[in-house]
Amino acid sequence: MNPLQAHELVIDIPGRSDGQPLNFTVEPGQVWGVLGPNGAGKTTLVHTLAGLLAPRHGTVRLGDQPLNGLRRRSISRQLGLVFQDRQDGFPATVLETALIGRHPWLSPWQMESGKDEHLARQALEKLDVGHLSHRLVNTLSGGERQRVAIATVMTQAPDTWLLDEPTNHLDLHHQVSVLELLTDQARDGRSVFMCLHDLNLAARWCDHLLLLYPNGDACWGPAERMLVPSALERLYGQKLITVEADGAPVFVPVKS
Amino acid sequence: MSRPLLKPLLVLALASLIAMLLSVGTGSVSVAPGQVLAVLLGDGSNLQQTLVLELRLPRTLSAFATGGLLAVAGALMQVLLRNPLADPYVLGLSGGAAVGALLAMLAGLGGLIVSGSAFAGAMLATLMVFGLAHGTGSWTPSRLLLTGVVVAAGWGAVITLMLAISPAQRLPGMLYWLMGDVSYARSPWPALVLLFLVCLLVLPLGRSLNVLARGPMQAAALGVAVRPLEWTIYILASLLTATAVTMAGSIGFVGLVVPHMLRLVLGNDQRLILPACALAGGTLLVLADTLARVVIAPEQLPVGVITALLGVPTFLYLLYRSR
Repeated sequence: MNPLQAHELVIDIPGRSDGQPLNFTVEPGQVWGVLGPNGAGKTTLVHTLAGLLAPRHGTVRLGDQPLNGLRRRSISRQLGLVFQDRQDGFPATVLETALIGRHPWLSPWQMESGKDEHLARQALEKLDVGHLSHRLVNTLSGGERQRVAIATVMTQAPDTWLLDEPTNHLDLHHQVSVLELLTDQARDGRSVFMCLHDLNLAARWCDHLLLLYPNGDACWGPAERMLVPSALERLYGQKLITVEADGAPVFVPVKS
Repeated sequence: MSRPLLKPLLVLALASLIAMLLSVGTGSVSVAPGQVLAVLLGDGSNLQQTLVLELRLPRTLSAFATGGLLAVAGALMQVLLRNPLADPYVLGLSGGAAVGALLAMLAGLGGLIVSGSAFAGAMLATLMVFGLAHGTGSWTPSRLLLTGVVVAAGWGAVITLMLAISPAQRLPGMLYWLMGDVSYARSPWPALVLLFLVCLLVLPLGRSLNVLARGPMQAAALGVAVRPLEWTIYILASLLTATAVTMAGSIGFVGLVVPHMLRLVLGNDQRLILPACALAGGTLLVLADTLARVVIAPEQLPVGVITALLGVPTFLYLLYRSR
């Protein structure tokens, strides 16, 4: 697979100075988490890495190819993106929604085959929404829709997963099963890069972290080096208590 | 093409054939469906030959082509704007065409010049709406729709102004054009060929359109080159509308009602919906035109009145029932 690489990357957030250019590579097998307060640019970063937004400076590369020199179709065969919010103008069923993940793999004249449908159903089963396959997406709960969106990217089967708040709307059990599923993907040689709100989920499941500060500063590296209480307190502007549970640090906000 | 797509299309194709036979057979002199077929195969009396081949068939085919073009244009605009309210009429394309046509009529010109002027008006309206909606930022569907609605209102004012100042003897022709009238149509073949070509073209584009209906960002993430696709759809829809309006004046509601009704029944796969729109839109207008010819025979009603009278209650009923 072609690893996703940010080279001297400055994301374009209107009215913000350049800050620290980003230089990192998401290698196969790695699970990256992006942490930062509201408005720090997490979504902008993920969209820029997917090639949906132009960076202010620098380049994003897939392997040795710059993203903006690749066709969208070939990008989407290697890179899948779970959006934070979804719009559905027209009603569609859950199965139809998962099936659009096959789009980059089919030629214009091809119809979805039984094999494509099988992949979609498998993905829906994996995310525990297989029983909903004939329901209309707009009648589902927020958490169910979130899992359908993840199943769509699973059907797309990219080498690199980009996810914007994948645990949004999910109950505790499904948060854990989605993160397990993503770490499984990494174990199979793919890579995962996601924004997370929950510091403790990130500490538990990510092996690399990128801290994004509202002023454009950033630092990144292996998770154990990044989980420094003082840095995290500065990141969120919130005092934290650190405790250890099950071999991993747990951060609890201090009551004011 | 796979089976689930083929069946509804065959049913619709059969329905449109029956509607056309009915339409060709109905009028001041009725011709039975069997005789219509015989005439089409080269038999029948001279009178029947003239009646069917020279008078009724071209008009029926024109009605079919116009309805099909309008319905496909409406369906394309709805995907483009991700808004089920979009249609060439709402977006001011028909208004632009009407102003073009009325200008030519006001100048005392007729025939081909009225058509050409209508076509130019529709294309100008297209450019205006998209140019203005683009502005300095990006296209957003709501901005495009709003721009279209406001521009349409502007065209409406210009039309009223022109009607108010035009000499009395020109008024009936102008009003008939505004209400839509298939009897103006010349040869149906260019429009039919265009309709067929567009249906062929949207088949390979269909899946991309399905993805685009989920929003441009999602579509781009799934490998669709969004901007070129959006331009293609808009240019196609404008071309279809301009051709339809040029043939038969401004006929409302076909572009709005037909795609909407088909979506309620057939789901939202554009590979099915777009060809189905061509067939169902054509069938609807053929039937409406037949009604327009017989309701107050020997006088004729403008077909736009029929489509509106049928379309408005149907649409409201469907809307009422759907939630």
